Amino acid sequence: MGSTDPWMIAEVAGPRRASVITKAEVADAIIRRARHPLLIVGSLSAEIEVDDRKLIDYLVLLAQKGGIPVVATAQVGKDLLERDLTPDRQMAAVDIAQRLADPLWKGVDGKGPHDLAMFAGLPYYLTQTVLSGLKHFAPAVKTMTLDNVYHPQASWSLSNLSLRDWVTTLRSIIENLEE
Amino acid sequence: MHFAIKELNTSLGKIRDLDISIGRIEEEGWTDPVGPTPFPSLASLRNWDLTLLQRYRPFYMPFCDLCCLCTYGKCDLTGDKRGACGIDMPAQQSRMVLLASSIGAATHLSHARELVDRILERNGHQKPIDVGGHNVEVEAPIIRLVCGIRPRTIGDLEEVLEYLETEVTQLLAATHTGMEANNLDFESKVLHAGMIDQVAMEVADIAQVSAFGFPRADPEAPLVQLGMGTVDQKKPVILVVGHNVLPSIDIIDYLEHNGLSSDVEVTGICCTATDMTRYSPSAKIIGPISWQLRYLRSGIPDVVVMDEQCIRADTLLEAQKMRTPVIATSPKNCAGLPDRSGDGAEEIVADLVAGKASGALILDSVKAAQVAVQTVLEVAPERSHFKVLPSTDMITEKAGECTQCKLCRRSCPNDLAIPDAMKAAAKGKFSLLNEMYDECVGCGRCEHACPQGIPIHSVICAAAQKQIKEETFTVRAGRGAIQDVEIRQVGGPIVLGEIPGVVAFVGCANYPKGGREVAEMCMEFAHRRYIVVTSGCAAMSAAMYRDDEGHTPYEMYPGSFEAGGLLNVGSCVSNAHIAGAAVKIASIFARRNLRANYEEIADYVYNRVGAVGVAWGAMSQKAAAIASGFWRLGIPVVVGPHGSKYRRMLLGRADKKEDWSVFDARSGERVYVGPVPEHLFVAAETKEEAAVMVAKLCMRPNDTSKGRAIKLNHYIDLHKRYMGTLPSDIPLLVRTVADIPLTMKSDVLNILRESGWSEHSIPDPTLLSSQIREKKGVR
Ligand code: SF4
Ligand code: SF4
Ligand code: SF4
Repeated sequence: MGSTDPWMIAEVAGPRRASVITKAEVADAIIRRARHPLLIVGSLSAEIEVDDRKLIDYLVLLAQKGGIPVVATAQVGKDLLERDLTPDRQMAAVDIAQRLADPLWKGVDGKGPHDLAMFAGLPYYLTQTVLSGLKHFAPAVKTMTLDNVYHPQASWSLSNLSLRDWVTTLRSIIENLEE
Repeated sequence: MHFAIKELNTSLGKIRDLDISIGRIEEEGWTDPVGPTPFPSLASLRNWDLTLLQRYRPFYMPFCDLCCLCTYGKCDLTGDKRGACGIDMPAQQSRMVLLASSIGAATHLSHARELVDRILERNGHQKPIDVGGHNVEVEAPIIRLVCGIRPRTIGDLEEVLEYLETEVTQLLAATHTGMEANNLDFESKVLHAGMIDQVAMEVADIAQVSAFGFPRADPEAPLVQLGMGTVDQKKPVILVVGHNVLPSIDIIDYLEHNGLSSDVEVTGICCTATDMTRYSPSAKIIGPISWQLRYLRSGIPDVVVMDEQCIRADTLLEAQKMRTPVIATSPKNCAGLPDRSGDGAEEIVADLVAGKASGALILDSVKAAQVAVQTVLEVAPERSHFKVLPSTDMITEKAGECTQCKLCRRSCPNDLAIPDAMKAAAKGKFSLLNEMYDECVGCGRCEHACPQGIPIHSVICAAAQKQIKEETFTVRAGRGAIQDVEIRQVGGPIVLGEIPGVVAFVGCANYPKGGREVAEMCMEFAHRRYIVVTSGCAAMSAAMYRDDEGHTPYEMYPGSFEAGGLLNVGSCVSNAHIAGAAVKIASIFARRNLRANYEEIADYVYNRVGAVGVAWGAMSQKAAAIASGFWRLGIPVVVGPHGSKYRRMLLGRADKKEDWSVFDARSGERVYVGPVPEHLFVAAETKEEAAVMVAKLCMRPNDTSKGRAIKLNHYIDLHKRYMGTLPSDIPLLVRTVADIPLTMKSDVLNILRESGWSEHSIPDPTLLSSQIREKKGVR
């Protein structure tokens, strides 16, 4: 499998495609550089098993260690609460995307517009449509995906990764943030 | 003017049964004044559209960054780039939405045209429209509303069809390169297409209900059988696929006239199936569109008859693999078959039975019916030993050929874990394969992707054989319209908010996690005493569930338009009755003038009638048109996650207070009413998210405090159950302390206190300055 082919093969978008995050350090640099990042946690994150945990467990760590505000889509807010993380907002994926595209919006915490939106655990095709909306209509917002599949519609995406490589990458991203 | 002449001698010869109508329909005895917009054209309702679009801004999510519609292209429209014709991305996306809705409207319209022409041909112009006898006096609410006429006979519908045909042509023309330039104007035309579509659907359904004796607004329409397990495979089996009931009716009639009704099974997929059970309750529904491949490949159908719409383009190929003869009956879907319409029936039957021809195009539905029946009687005995689905040994063998390349999964719209299931099946464990059956939409993409040529969909179905045999459900046959008396009984409670909402499950079967979720949502809301309405494929999915006692949802809830009812109105074209019910609330309960009075009635429905459409598996362009029709009437629509691929949402901004004021019709003051309903078109990611959203979208500015408290109670309860918390937007939805549900009072009061909430008044809400009674107060 080509590591930068869209995971769903027919999801070819257009001329502008996501840059691939080849190393965890790159992701960390992107997060660190962002003034006001946001993490959008999708419904599948509570289902997808990554090693001995769920994807959501890694996302909780990421949000907590990075001090990153969180939007929970669908019913995943409940799973976050069970992990002692209160999401800043519970919103539909398309709803948060529309807010992000408004340059005057004050953000989920009222601290001003977000300049980086990170996505994980949404259905692939829904992530694609939402990222496309942001790519075209939110020029001030960069997007990054943390799924183990390549999302051409993002600004930065992980490549199509094996479970083992994904776990390593997620762990490194989180550990580096701690430093 | 209309006149009919039985026989006329002229210099050209004798003319028989001359039936002539000239000019517009006379409105004897209809005293309602003609409103401002009879037969509205493209821009007549633009102001209303722009009013809605100002509140619900389109959010575009381009499915593709390019446009390739003309030879200047491909044009890259990424970001703020423009194409060679000058178009930008928002306009291009809205143009695609308009194309989809126009295709949808054209499809329903052409369907309506065929039905009306056939009825005129057989029954003449004077065949009366009768959709519910004395129980339905407002027989064509949408036609009254849009066209400003009151059709009495099938012949009266011709004028409506001519109007619709003009409008669809205009809409399509607007999508040409260098035509409409602005996205909001495209969007206004999308809403126009939706309204045109609603009229077309109403024409189609009232024509077929009137002419073919379908249930007439009958809450107790018979329960009919649904599912592959209901088919008596000892009999010859005909499968009819599509949406236009005419060939099915001719098949059922032919069987009856020849005393063969109990000898042949007539089964159907998609709306044709729904409509043929409205004609004959002994016909059987196999399932929604996603059952096409699995049923064809089961080998059960001995003959396939195709009419129109949503029929797989590989039906002939698939049928050929099974040596099942195919009869195409629509000029819109000739399938590459030779036109045998002029040949004798016996000759065609002989060719099909001998296998000399794999199919025939027969553009005469009576002949097609005769050929279908005669062919099935001859081929069925020969086909009875035809084993088709792989055996368990074969599943293991096929699965053993899997190289784990994952290309199947990467082609599967639902990202199903096929490779894992193959690995297990190669070891003789079929449970993973079986589990996928429910979530598989039967598209076959996995098979085209598999380099090993594994017939993946067949393998899944083979693993689910036991489950397939148990697909024996009941669905209430489509009842058609809602009775005037039902509207009179529930109009008040709906408008005051005391019935928490009308939730309509409509549309196709492109579900993210199987059709069972539709049944579960229907039961959730019926149980909470909403009025739950179904149609089309969604009506079938709602039936595919049994409780511990073996009851299907249609057996558990009454079929009447009342709190806690679960009613199937019928096929796709019956969707008109759902919009019709909302419109009839304005006319029958509130005594508003319907006639050519679209804006006022839409404003009424938008502000007062807590109705929401849910198209959980929306796939088609028709579904896009149906949704657009609801939007123009101010009725929000929720789609499943695949619905995000319609590439634009219509979303409100709950956080912008300035967006949510209305006029108080009593004083002309502008009054803040909160974000109700918050969105007009929104994709939900999961069933749980959809359920919470639906409860919220049922709120309207006009709710009384008692009504709002009931609605809030359901919203908060569902939010707590699924999201684990009280919703954060409670302060936006509570207007006065009396709105707070009693059992939640202390929790809600705490939230209100923390948020700095203050009370505000409940107006007589309208978005239209024309509705203000005391003009002096207008600001
Ligand atoms: S219609 Fe316009 S945007 Fe599309 S290909 Fe032609 S010039 Fe380009
Ligand atoms: S047929 Fe079923 S398993 Fe195959 S791609 Fe389609 S949905 Fe997926
Ligand atoms: S595409 Fe075919 S070979 Fe590849 S994983 Fe799927 S079933 Fe196996």
